[in-house]
Amino acid sequence: MSFAALRGIPSLATVSLVIALVNVQWSSDASLRARSKTDNSKASVLAFRAVQSVLMSPRCLNCHIPGEGPLQGDDNHPHAMNVKRGADGAGSAALHCFACHQTENSSFVHGPPGAANWRLPPQKTPMAWKGLTAGELCRALKDRDRNGNRSLEDLVSHMDTSLVRWAWNPGPGRTVPPLSHEEFVARMKEWIKTGAACPE
Amino acid sequence: MAKIALIVNLESKVTEVEPDTPLLWVLRENFGLTGTKFGCGMALCGACTVHVEGNAVRSCVTPIAAVAGKHVTTIEGLSRDRSHAVQRAWLEEQVPQCGYCQPGQMMSAAALLAVNPTPSDTDINDAMAGNLCRCGTYARIRKAIHLAADLARGQK
Repeated sequence: MSFAALRGIPSLATVSLVIALVNVQWSSDASLRARSKTDNSKASVLAFRAVQSVLMSPRCLNCHIPGEGPLQGDDNHPHAMNVKRGADGAGSAALHCFACHQTENSSFVHGPPGAANWRLPPQKTPMAWKGLTAGELCRALKDRDRNGNRSLEDLVSHMDTSLVRWAWNPGPGRTVPPLSHEEFVARMKEWIKTGAACPE
Repeated sequence: MAKIALIVNLESKVTEVEPDTPLLWVLRENFGLTGTKFGCGMALCGACTVHVEGNAVRSCVTPIAAVAGKHVTTIEGLSRDRSHAVQRAWLEEQVPQCGYCQPGQMMSAAALLAVNPTPSDTDINDAMAGNLCRCGTYARIRKAIHLAADLARGQK
């Protein structure tokens, strides 16, 4: 066999070089992908921390409670009058939430606040957030068995209901959550878009 | 001002007031139904309790516009002849002392019995905790609710 005949066949060195280059490229891609995933995960957790700051505000937490009695005020004290959740979250017989809470806030300090469909989460899925760590809250929020069978997109829609929006218009004498509603929803969407990662 | 129609104690009524006028004001001032009492004006004491579509509500914080076209029942409409089980039980047990809070207590008790004909002490506590009595007639109220439950079921 002449050298001329061998000219069309790549040498062993060339093949090794190509394989090495491909390996470098592949490993570089995998590393980029891994880094991108980590970056996304970090961004997601960061976005969730912002979401958490709102969910843990008294306006949300006073009704997202583990027991049967809602809380009230910025100091989360027990609701006056021994008010109870009731099976559907709308109070007990003869003491429904709507007995006092109208569809709008009272105009005076310490008067009952109000919004359409004023209620707690139902007894079956109390969506209790009080006392949860950031990670626990995040996982509870995503768990369809514990979140009222909501998808992540459903959660975003829930944040646009009149009852949730009330938190930013709570009437006199009550603080609002630390982020604006627009920023809150934007951070929630960002959390979902980046993989809905949870803190440890 | 707005013209608002509602049904009070099974009678059609029309009133012309500001839409945010409390139902309690309209009942007492416009319709002359003074059985329902003003206590705190902030939904904290229960003295102003009436029924809207059968549910107990605090009329002092309920805007009249919220009950347009709805059925409202006051203490005067609980029965025409004091025959409601709650009225009979209240008389039997001689519940009131000063009496000021009692119309609200009775309306809450009637709303409770309408959905829970055999309430336990806990059910009564949960339902009645929003009705305050400065005379402290709570023990008699609870006894009367149990009696009213029996009367309504024809057991006494």
